[in-house]
Amino acid sequence: MWSFPLFPEKASALASSVDIVFFVWLALAGLVASTVAFLIVFFAVKYRSGSSANRETADEQAQNRINRRIEIAWMTIPLVLFMAMFAWSAEIYYDYATPPANAMVVYVVGKQWMWKLEHAGGRREIDELHVPAGRPVKLVMTSQDVIHDFFMPVFRIKQDVLPGRYTTLWFEATKPGDYQLFCSQYCGTDHSRMVGRVVVMEPAAFERWLASGNSTGSMAAQGAAHFREYGCSGCHGASASVHAPKLEGLFGRPVQLADGSTVIADDRYIHDSVLLPRKEITAGYAPIMPSFQGQITEDALLEIIEYVKSLKTAQPGEVR
Amino acid sequence: MSAVTVPSAASYLEDGFSLWSWLSSVDHKRIAVLYAISITLFFFIGGAAATLIRLELVTPTGDVVSAETYNKLFTMHGVIMVWFFLIPSIPSTMGNFLVPLMIGARDLAFPRLNLASWYLYIAGGVFTVGALLMGGVDTGWTFYTPFSTMFSNTHVFAAVAGVFVVGFSTILTGINFIVTIHTMRAPGMTWFRLPLFIWCMYATSVIFVLATPVLAMTLFLMSIERFFGVGVFDPALGGDPLLFQHLFWFYSHPAVYVMILPAMGVVSEIITCFARKNVFGYRAMAYAVLAIAIIGFLVWGHHMFVSGQSIYAGTVFSILTFLVAIPSAIKVFNWTATLYKGSISFHAPMLYVLGFIALFTIGGMTGLFLASLAIDVHVHDTYFVIAHFHYIMVGGAVMAFLGGMHFWWPKMTGRMYSDAWARFAAILVFFGFNLTFFPQFVLGYLGMPRRYHEYPPEFQMLNVLSSAGASILAVGYLLPLCYLLWSLRYGKPAGPNPWRATGLEWKTTSPPSTGNFATVPVVTEGPYAYSRQERPDER
Amino acid sequence: MSDSAAVLIARQYDDAQQQRSAADLGIWVFLATEVLFFGVLFAVYTMTRFNHPEAFASASRLTNITLGSINTAVLLTSSLTMALGVRAAKLGLSRPLVGWLCTTIALGIVFLAIKATEYYLDYGEHLVPGLNFAYAGADRHAVELFFYLYFLTTGLHSLHMVIGIGVVATIAAMASRGAYSPAYFTPVEVSGLYWHLVDIVWIFVYPLLYLVSRS
Repeated sequence: MWSFPLFPEKASALASSVDIVFFVWLALAGLVASTVAFLIVFFAVKYRSGSSANRETADEQAQNRINRRIEIAWMTIPLVLFMAMFAWSAEIYYDYATPPANAMVVYVVGKQWMWKLEHAGGRREIDELHVPAGRPVKLVMTSQDVIHDFFMPVFRIKQDVLPGRYTTLWFEATKPGDYQLFCSQYCGTDHSRMVGRVVVMEPAAFERWLASGNSTGSMAAQGAAHFREYGCSGCHGASASVHAPKLEGLFGRPVQLADGSTVIADDRYIHDSVLLPRKEITAGYAPIMPSFQGQITEDALLEIIEYVKSLKTAQPGEVR
Repeated sequence: MSAVTVPSAASYLEDGFSLWSWLSSVDHKRIAVLYAISITLFFFIGGAAATLIRLELVTPTGDVVSAETYNKLFTMHGVIMVWFFLIPSIPSTMGNFLVPLMIGARDLAFPRLNLASWYLYIAGGVFTVGALLMGGVDTGWTFYTPFSTMFSNTHVFAAVAGVFVVGFSTILTGINFIVTIHTMRAPGMTWFRLPLFIWCMYATSVIFVLATPVLAMTLFLMSIERFFGVGVFDPALGGDPLLFQHLFWFYSHPAVYVMILPAMGVVSEIITCFARKNVFGYRAMAYAVLAIAIIGFLVWGHHMFVSGQSIYAGTVFSILTFLVAIPSAIKVFNWTATLYKGSISFHAPMLYVLGFIALFTIGGMTGLFLASLAIDVHVHDTYFVIAHFHYIMVGGAVMAFLGGMHFWWPKMTGRMYSDAWARFAAILVFFGFNLTFFPQFVLGYLGMPRRYHEYPPEFQMLNVLSSAGASILAVGYLLPLCYLLWSLRYGKPAGPNPWRATGLEWKTTSPPSTGNFATVPVVTEGPYAYSRQERPDER
Repeated sequence: MSDSAAVLIARQYDDAQQQRSAADLGIWVFLATEVLFFGVLFAVYTMTRFNHPEAFASASRLTNITLGSINTAVLLTSSLTMALGVRAAKLGLSRPLVGWLCTTIALGIVFLAIKATEYYLDYGEHLVPGLNFAYAGADRHAVELFFYLYFLTTGLHSLHMVIGIGVVATIAAMASRGAYSPAYFTPVEVSGLYWHLVDIVWIFVYPLLYLVSRS
């Protein structure tokens, strides 16, 4: 109990950048706070009631001019400092918000009170995230119930996880090890038990780990199974007689909607099309798709999305 | 300044001794006393919740209370401390008592509305304590959807009803103060001759009337959604949980300025008196107060940097948050400069105020850490945030509240208390506070999340330090209860102006008569006309 | 001719003018709180409409434009009669004052009766969320949200109307007893301002709820 950490480990380049900003703020805050404290103590002692300090002001006008200059100084100097710190911090924040295109994707579903993760290759985890060192990893996350938050102190990163939406975060781990994972948005009774581990492995070890284990096929393959199981192919499949949008080549492309607007067919679009089909009607199609709200779980939906993604390069009618 | 006020009537304390005379009084001073008693009660209820929380957190496992109970404890602590202590504390006690006196008026503009405010406060308190007695609420004081609308099985509606009702209490107080300050100043009391406490009460009241209705409607919408299952916060129904957060924080951020602006007003009154000096940069101080109130309405999104709001929104809110820190910084610098070439004495009110300046500076600077986007992504929803706002609200607002109570106690009660005990309590509070909350900055950066019933064992030592500090803090808060109440019976009579302070309130008797002033005073100079050569009485 | 009673000055005020200024500023500040209060509903409506433009257009066509428009005319007229009442008070014309106030109350009651009729018709068409909402067309959830906001906003507005009628009735009763004169008619002015605010809220509510895509 007597040896306890005072500062967290770090395991990514962005984490180091954040720490530097932190230390600069620490220095500035320390400087200001100690200057104020020092002056308070100094003035309190020097000008204590009954002391013989000189309290006269020889030239009031001159003193007033100096005072006004001091006031302007202690408005503009903080302003300049703050804007500089803002810009530095915002730059790192934008880095946080832009995952590299080649990031390895892992899907996360938070629910009361556990994290369910699935790698694209199909390997599933509960309350644990295995990642390789030296490779950017992007998490695509949603919640099954209330708002949660995926927090990994070692990477200095967190992101709220919402129902009905996908949020993302990305990081690139530099150092193998076991690190903490917390839920950091209050979510009910066992909020403090919704914790786990992030395991950063050497790339080779990670590949071995990925290959072993409980995969029942890649996410896309499982998605294909769901696609048949829930009857999606009945309308969207090659031999469907119903007039429904084709999904081959759809993912990532713009879609023209009935009200004239255009959206990009991304994860969110597929998600909402399945659960809230009346929200965005494709131009030229009738709003007859039923909603699968309550029937398809968030996990299964992520697999279906992976399947639709895999059709990006398919031709209509090509069976996958 | 016109000095003569002949004590024509009995003091307000002697103007009727029955309970009914107190409960039906429209005298702003009596209503202030009613509020003082009720908020003290709520402070100790909220404090009891805090005690249990800190007791639980001494060990990493949840062995004192169950998880459900713990969640209810931190919710109640937040709800009661925010709405039933911090927000009303200085405005409804010192504001009510002093605003008419400081501007030379006989009462507030709407005395019956003032009494209605207190009854609304009590009604709100009944609902909230009712929720507590029925088993508690576990949503957190922030009531985030969809947990509060669709998942919590606790008495959300009762607690929300309490907050809704007490909101109207503050709206009415805000209307009363704005109208009073605009229309009932004594002759010669121009805006720039007003004590800074009045400027702060004015800015606080503007926030009261503009922000609180938004909270009322938001809570109403949330309750309907919970009740009827239809609403705008549920994604499955086409709604958006972030909409709740935007609406909630649109009120709740200005609300924190409601908590600190009155405290800043108290500090300005006390520091000028005990440094025997005019405040440095009066106009800058007055404008800073208005700037804080206005810019404070524009920064709410800094509670939502990782919520899923767009990064561009985050950027705008970050810049504005840095901007709102500037007027606060100006105030700290100006208070420090006020000490320069003053004649400083260290009675208890001054100790609280000097402590405020140090702790508010630390709390304010850590706000800058949080305004920085990259750092906030790491420390949002951790103990770093908890430490930040407790430095401002407890190290700041509560210290100022205690300082103000000690400063105006002789005026309100006609009695002096033991300055030795008071100074001891002030120092105890300062040390206990720092021991309680400084370790929490470290815990937060280490990654300990908020609202955690259990935590990893390596965080234990810092938690133990924090809980130890809390026990010292508790003693520091109980002491004033003892010696102040003792002084009511056995304290020395105070006389009209024991601190030899400027300000119209000190021109009346202690305690003042019901009508405050026998003749309307005429004001001919600024608020802090202390002569630098003066030496205060040693008491 | 009104009874020129001396103006009663409450003990906290220095003179009648201060009392009047205080009442005037007080009601304006109170109206500001009402604007913020209803403002949330307008903000929520705006966000939801932005997300579901088609659904809100379809839903709006299901509102009763005839009754809504009649109500708008009724309410605007009532604001006129209220303003004429305030003018009568200023001129010391006690009988016309009572007359105009009673006309305002009558128009207010007509408004509420028409509103009640609309609600009844909406109930018959299964448009009441939480009670009997049923809608067969596209985007059922967003249409339900429209009607949720419709009932909430018009319901809250009607509640303010009821309070307004109560206030004006009280003022009318006092006026009929000669309580007001050119020297003192502040309560009439204050109630007039409140009534005008309730009217202005409706002026925003009407196009947002009834006129979407009906242009």
